[in-house]
Amino acid sequence: MATTERNTELRSPSEPLPPGATPVSKKRGLWAWINKRLPVDEFIASELTGYFAPKNFNFWYFFGSLAMLVLVIQLVTGIFLAMFYKPSAAAAFGSVQYIMREVDWGWLIRYMHSTGASLFFVVVYLHMFRALLYGSYRQPRELLWLIGMMVYFALMAEAFMGYVLPWGNMSFWGAQVIVNIFGTVPVIGTALTQWIRGDYGISDATLNRFFALHVAAVPIILLGLVMLHLIALHRTGSNNPDGIEIKEHPGPDGKPLDGIPFHPYYTVKDFFGVGVFLVVFALIVFYVPTFHGIFLEKANFEPANPLSTPAEIHPVWYFTPFYAILRAVPSKGLGALLMLLALVSLLVLPWLDRSPVKSIRYKGWISRVMLGVFVISFVGLGYLGMQPAEGIYIILSRVCMIGYYAFFWLMPVYSRFDRVRPVPERVVYHAH
Amino acid sequence: MRTSAPLRKLPALVLAAALAAGAACATHASAADAAQSDTSWQSWKANADVTNIASLQRGARDFVGYCLGCHSLQFERWSRLGHDLRIPEPLLVEDLIPPGEKPTGYIISPMIPADAEKWFGKAPPDLSLIARARGTNYLYRYLKTFYVDSDRATGANNLAFPQTAMPDIVSPLQGLQVPVYQTIQRRGPGGKMTQEEVFEHFKLIAPGRMTPQQYDQFVHDVVNFLDYVGDPERAMRRAMGIWVVLFLLAFTSVAWLLKREFWKDVK
Repeated sequence: MATTERNTELRSPSEPLPPGATPVSKKRGLWAWINKRLPVDEFIASELTGYFAPKNFNFWYFFGSLAMLVLVIQLVTGIFLAMFYKPSAAAAFGSVQYIMREVDWGWLIRYMHSTGASLFFVVVYLHMFRALLYGSYRQPRELLWLIGMMVYFALMAEAFMGYVLPWGNMSFWGAQVIVNIFGTVPVIGTALTQWIRGDYGISDATLNRFFALHVAAVPIILLGLVMLHLIALHRTGSNNPDGIEIKEHPGPDGKPLDGIPFHPYYTVKDFFGVGVFLVVFALIVFYVPTFHGIFLEKANFEPANPLSTPAEIHPVWYFTPFYAILRAVPSKGLGALLMLLALVSLLVLPWLDRSPVKSIRYKGWISRVMLGVFVISFVGLGYLGMQPAEGIYIILSRVCMIGYYAFFWLMPVYSRFDRVRPVPERVVYHAH
Repeated sequence: MRTSAPLRKLPALVLAAALAAGAACATHASAADAAQSDTSWQSWKANADVTNIASLQRGARDFVGYCLGCHSLQFERWSRLGHDLRIPEPLLVEDLIPPGEKPTGYIISPMIPADAEKWFGKAPPDLSLIARARGTNYLYRYLKTFYVDSDRATGANNLAFPQTAMPDIVSPLQGLQVPVYQTIQRRGPGGKMTQEEVFEHFKLIAPGRMTPQQYDQFVHDVVNFLDYVGDPERAMRRAMGIWVVLFLLAFTSVAWLLKREFWKDVK
């Protein structure tokens, strides 16, 4: 009772606010107590119920929230794995088998983590492809794209080091190959590889530091970057399949006419996306956890052996497009440089695209063909990176590599001259 | 009437789900029987089936009888094997577990690795994960393609694993066989005709204790057992998965209806 009186003393709900005063929550009790001290309601109002997203999102807009979901799956399953995993060259392989066979539900946690790693990249690649389709990297979202690329790089580091931890033979030799890429850096190359490994070869010291980086350092960086990615997104607002800025068409109340509150409309829609994703996820975890040797490779069911090289060394599928580029040229140094350039190309994309329109819907046929060339090249490189580095595979890798680079580095030319279609005033949306 | 936008997206989602399901079934489809003639040994299929408990029990018996002398299953406990293969503990202790070993212990070969290395040049590998590392088809072909080769220290060689260090310990069962080669004329590089010896079939030179059918069953059971040991949770996982997927489909349907309800407002 006393609480009620105290609160009514503050302000009666009907009383008009004096100019410049901040409204006090009408709610009472614990919730009001919290909100006086932590702006929960304000956060929900500004970032969820009052954050306006374009109403014309399509299929491609599910993957951002799905990436967040997979991140959470990876963090939670990873914490449980770390309770049983032993980061030492002598015990790591056995401890993974211990998790798989003797820890209650250990197999489920481990397969969720290994499947999650691959699906993280599936989701992130589709998320990035969405940006390519609709020009989501263009002004004013360049920084959003750059932070997203940082998330991608952190994810690559996280995945690479995580892959070494089971200490299978492919873990060992994959680490050997990838760390050696740093050896192509002029002058300091050899010293650099030793610094990364903490030893003259991949060893117990390497495994231990990769564990520390995988479970603490990189996840913290990843979480920080994801937060920045979201803050940057909420500053500019989402792009949409038409590539039109919805903020340019506000209604009388100042809210965008083509926008709808993120909550409840997109939370409820994303729930549906989560459901579909989890069905696919569960089908893989329960029925094809190794995905026919693509998610978990056969050679990794043998313990790391410095004396026995697997028949074919290649990284996991999500790295193979870049690995194919590395192997496409005879010179290792040049290969590494080209691989680096492949990543840099993505980074500078916002400044390569000179098209007057953002979305592929209104771009001309050259842009469409080039995007098709890029997709075929990227998928092709991914396939070729898993094949032996010989004969026709090398030639095809070079062809695909040219396709990959052509998409990026001819873009300043073709995007400017490509005939574009008129962009409508308002977003295209058909109500149900 | 136009179909609603999310409905138009549905086929894409269904396709994604179907692809995953298709990938799940591919293993079964590929296990379709191949013609088991000697020439096509490289396409022999093991047709392993970890739900066939009787086969797994025979495989466990034969593993203990013929493999355990040299090979361990360091990640599998006897008690686990008894539980999964429905072998009661008294039987397990009496028939399978070597004297002095406990049911809670791991399945470890009595052979000392240092000795084994001296005798064979290489310690026999642990077989806990061999089916996952090499695949069941490889194991099946390996156990069926030992042949007499006097050039080898062990007197035996193998088609699936040439120069194998393992002696032909299955010959008392399968019998001794020698390969028969066919000479093939082939146009080599530069248009020159070269002669090549190509394996055609095996000739049994001394019969074993088993008929070819019995031996095939023996290999099938052992490979099946090793497949189980590589992934002991599989049968349980598959049985459980369907309920998880059904639950998720129910959740997804509710989420879809909820979404449709909310989006009625969006004009």
